[in-house]
Amino acid sequence: MAGSIVDKLIYPFSRSARAERTARHTAERAKLRETARSAGIPSVSVRDLSLSFGTVAALEHLDLDVMDGEFLVLLGPSGCGKSTLLNCIAGLIDVTDGQIFINGWNVTWEEPKDRHIGMVFQSYALYPQMSVRRNLSFGLRSARVPDDEIKRRIARTAEILQIEPLLDRKPSQLSGGQRQRVAIGRALVRDVDVFLFDEPLSNLDAKLRSELRVEIKRLHQKLANTMVYVTHDQIEAMTLADRIAVMKSGRIQQLGAPHEIYGHPVNRFVAGFIGSPPMNFLSGQLEPGPSPVFRAEQLHVPLDRYKFDDRGAAGGRCVLGIRPENVAVGAEGTARPFSHEVEIEIVEPMGANTLVWTKLAGTNFAFLVDSESGMKVGERVTIGFDPHRASLFDDATGVRL
Amino acid sequence: MADLPALEAAASRIPAVSRQLAGPRGPKPRPALSRRNAILYGTLIVLAVYYLLPLYVMVVTSLKGMPEIRLGNIFSPPVNITFEPWVKAWATACTGLNCDGLSRGFWNSVRITVPSVVLSIAIASVNGYALANWRFKGANLFFTILIVGSFIPYQVMIYPLVIILRDIGLYGSLPGLVIVHSIFGMPILTLLFRNYFTSIPEELFRAGRVDGAGFWGIYFKIMMPMSLPIFVVAMIIQITGIWNDFLFGVIYTKPESYPMTVQLNNIVNSSQGVKEYNVNMAATILTGLVPLFVYFASGKLFVRGIAAGAVKG
Repeated sequence: MAGSIVDKLIYPFSRSARAERTARHTAERAKLRETARSAGIPSVSVRDLSLSFGTVAALEHLDLDVMDGEFLVLLGPSGCGKSTLLNCIAGLIDVTDGQIFINGWNVTWEEPKDRHIGMVFQSYALYPQMSVRRNLSFGLRSARVPDDEIKRRIARTAEILQIEPLLDRKPSQLSGGQRQRVAIGRALVRDVDVFLFDEPLSNLDAKLRSELRVEIKRLHQKLANTMVYVTHDQIEAMTLADRIAVMKSGRIQQLGAPHEIYGHPVNRFVAGFIGSPPMNFLSGQLEPGPSPVFRAEQLHVPLDRYKFDDRGAAGGRCVLGIRPENVAVGAEGTARPFSHEVEIEIVEPMGANTLVWTKLAGTNFAFLVDSESGMKVGERVTIGFDPHRASLFDDATGVRL
Repeated sequence: MADLPALEAAASRIPAVSRQLAGPRGPKPRPALSRRNAILYGTLIVLAVYYLLPLYVMVVTSLKGMPEIRLGNIFSPPVNITFEPWVKAWATACTGLNCDGLSRGFWNSVRITVPSVVLSIAIASVNGYALANWRFKGANLFFTILIVGSFIPYQVMIYPLVIILRDIGLYGSLPGLVIVHSIFGMPILTLLFRNYFTSIPEELFRAGRVDGAGFWGIYFKIMMPMSLPIFVVAMIIQITGIWNDFLFGVIYTKPESYPMTVQLNNIVNSSQGVKEYNVNMAATILTGLVPLFVYFASGKLFVRGIAAGAVKG
């Protein structure tokens, strides 16, 4: 009699009870994931999220939805809060205000392990004293997954990432690329709802970076998992993302598909941040009317075909942005709605093409030409561009007009 | 281009050029007995002798019989080597009423040192881990108090501790002294562990959290296996510190549980009878053997532990 009472008291803490609870939890979460998927609920949603360290605000009233299976890139300069946001989603930082949902489940107060996320870190963060196999199984062992299941999942993960020969090595015996692959595997093996990448390729050299970039893209196509990826590298962002969120000082500046961000930046910051070589900016005056014109010194840029976001703009000081690759030269340039003759000041060969610097309306202006074009310093050429491919920003607010 | 070997051959025929071509090559020769070396090694040897001389006198004296010592030549090597002083120091030297030598003190010291080291390191490492990785509310205040604690002179706390130990009934017992040692080791050890754990990349800790390990899981499975060097350093600091302690030993214990250092003092300073220098020397060496052994055994690890501030994954 006494024995059975003790058994009952001990049971909730026993190994089998814990395994049972874990299994139940996993099943619940799987069901939730399915419901969320079929109902079209975002995989990750962030509602009015704020975070401040003392008086310094790191994130301000942030809203973000990541759809199921989407690859979302958080892009921004260092200190913009992109990694902080990712850590908030992961549950590694407590938020000051707001909510976070994963598959419609409010996880704002949940521990990282209960959020069904996997995270890949910049420094790989492999446990140095454990073999690759132990690294992969660590999370599963913590969750008390049965041994044969662990074995099965490791085999599958190793196959996907092609790290089978490395399983018994220590992290110190791996190269940078292999380490990052194992780090990805550690998230993969846990069968998570959302993958979080915190600048995973920043510690690799250029060649490996582009290799692994392709591999991550392939992985995403294969698994179709939701992925949130933080980077400051715009090439990574453009190539990987379904959508990019450009961030600056704790706020999302623009959220959209890569081509949208590139072609239609909503403000001057996004315009200047995206694109390499960066966009040219000319300061001038907007003259509104039936056929609006941008005027800077002696320049006249007709804006008939420019699609204004806000037609009501009353004119005034503004900035015209045009990408170096949208500028045409010579006869082609002359044919454009706007063209002007300029003198070449600096020629920078970049291999695939050549960046040519000149002056337009008193400011430095760069454009790209074919590397075979043989431009010489001091030469005078005609350049031209289509105003509808340019971007016009308010000078004071930086907002797109 | 011109034919290079031919050009060189032609050039070497011109005396000035040939001298240049035949100039120095390979490693620069360094004379074995340069002025620099003489000064360097000379200083080192003098310093080494200066530090080793007392040890030499101790060893030599402890191996002499009393008649030989009375001759007064302390540097001369023993004529008749005898181990009797060592045996006497260990087993039969009298302190007060006890005549069982240092052996009692040795075992007392072991009984004090081992639990103190284990207890203080166990608590301090968890403290340091919590302070470095789990930024709980009031962590900074707690840390400041610890730092301030490490600056307060021991003497200030002696009497209050006597009262506290008396009130909880541990005054004069070995567990009481173990607690005192653990408390006094806490500030420096916590600081040591905190700094070491701070140097471990935070991403490892975060990865552990994402992987579902809790406070203890991360501590035992991730942090501790990575921190062997700092545990060794902490052990060395604590073993030598606690073994060499005299003040707490004499205050917080009773004569029958005096540690080795206190007994050594009682043997050396006993006022009755002849001063047996050979026994005193042997007793002193015996007492110092444990810290000496710890340094020799862990010498390499000790340096590595101090240098291992930044461990890379």
